[in-house]
Amino acid sequence: MTPPVSKLQEALHSGRFVVTGEIGPPKGTNVGPVLHEAEQYLKGRVAAVNVTDIQTAVMRTGSLALSKLLLERGIEPVYQMVTRDRNRLALQSDLLSAYVFGIRNVLALTGDHVAMGDHPESKPVYDLDSVGLLQAMTTLESGADLGRDPKGNPNKLDGVPQFFKGCCVTPCTEEVEPQIIKLEKKAAAGAQFVQTQAVYDPPVFEKFMRMIEHIKIPVLVGIVVLKSAGMAKYMNKNVPGVQVPEAIIKELSAAPKENLKKVSAEIAGRLVRQMRPMCQGAHLMTLGWDDLVPEIIREAGLAP
Amino acid sequence: MIVAERKPMDEIRRMLAPYKRVLVLGCGSCVTVCLTGGEKQADELAAQLRLAARQEGRDLVADADCITRQCDREFVANLKAPLASYDAVLSIACGVGVGFMSEQFPAVPVLPGLNTTFYGAGTVPGTWAEYCHGCGDCVLEWTGGICPIARCSKSLINGTCGGTNKGKCEVKQEMDCGWLLIYKRLKELGRLDELRTLRSPRDYRKDRGAGVRRLTHPEMAVLEEEPKA
Repeated sequence: MTPPVSKLQEALHSGRFVVTGEIGPPKGTNVGPVLHEAEQYLKGRVAAVNVTDIQTAVMRTGSLALSKLLLERGIEPVYQMVTRDRNRLALQSDLLSAYVFGIRNVLALTGDHVAMGDHPESKPVYDLDSVGLLQAMTTLESGADLGRDPKGNPNKLDGVPQFFKGCCVTPCTEEVEPQIIKLEKKAAAGAQFVQTQAVYDPPVFEKFMRMIEHIKIPVLVGIVVLKSAGMAKYMNKNVPGVQVPEAIIKELSAAPKENLKKVSAEIAGRLVRQMRPMCQGAHLMTLGWDDLVPEIIREAGLAP
Repeated sequence: MIVAERKPMDEIRRMLAPYKRVLVLGCGSCVTVCLTGGEKQADELAAQLRLAARQEGRDLVADADCITRQCDREFVANLKAPLASYDAVLSIACGVGVGFMSEQFPAVPVLPGLNTTFYGAGTVPGTWAEYCHGCGDCVLEWTGGICPIARCSKSLINGTCGGTNKGKCEVKQEMDCGWLLIYKRLKELGRLDELRTLRSPRDYRKDRGAGVRRLTHPEMAVLEEEPKA
């Protein structure tokens, strides 16, 4: 096997349970606060930090820039890329740029439709889908790109990148077979790790993990920190493939306001603890409550 | 068929404001079927325009006519009056008809009365839905006859995204997830292997990527040349 290209890959190969975090770039140029939070609460506690790419189609500073800024601060990024906004020329070019910057972990996503965001009148691109983006990465790694020269031969790259290629799956959707088929295709296209959509139901996740046993790539279970009972209800109603059980909603509604963050961390930590035997890691999506990460890791029994 | 919707009346009146003699020209094909651009709609629209002009105290001659197809030269001969006798023509054909009429009658402004929306079929009485995107590289063979280019809002080619929600699309709760329909159909047909097959990125040269598209039958082109020879 080729040597790992990133600390995240190394950690997952070592067999220990791996935790990743996530930051969202700001809408504007004020990157100070999010970088401060990452240094304060994520650095040294998680193996890598995902940087979302114009998440929910709300225009923001780019994930490539923030990934680079994390690297400069000694934090390994997972550069998220969606296929919604750029065609294959731009995506491949940005992959090479990322590599030149020292970025190695890349998460390939389709991306929420522009209709979900704050520029619904813009043109959705989707020249590639998430499988196509993984194929693009694999092709670049082979020293070629997706294009052809005038004679019809693959274009040759002058300098070849190597990535640790990730993808996403939604384990708790009602129709799970199409999700699994797509995951098989992502693995065949080169995906080396999976970070899942948010999971709140360990028994459902356990069943899902049994169904994907044949796909031999590490899975990090996704946990979106629940900030209130209202948010949990909202997610149940509006976020595809996310189901927060009633018991968790009750726990959140019963929590006094001053105690809400503590309860939120307890729930997330407990979920990680419960699902730890089923998968290879956890991906914590804190949506700005980054200060909870140390507590969640403690609750999960992963740190003293 | 091509489906088109009537432009808002305010927009039509703004377009026609500079003109005193206008012809509302219907088309007897697709837009007649989807009840937006046929003979009946041409008559109605001309009457509405006359009424609106009268209410404003403005002189306006608004006649109506309709030919079998505005996208075909042979039906131009059936026009009741020469188009050149009008200040402007409001075509309520699809964009093809507007463009083609415009080319045939360069002396008269031909304006669009409809917004051309999609290639569709009548699903239930009064409703037409999009079935084809005209992508130039038909994939229906391996998608159970359901087009992912037209019916997945992201035109994905490798299956559902994470936005599929209880059979619906993340874009709109009332819109079916195209890929879930394809999955169910392929499952019924015992052809899930088609869904499992890795599909490489599409060739957009066939879908406008290489510019304006054209279909030529060389043998017919020769026949057309012959009388001149």
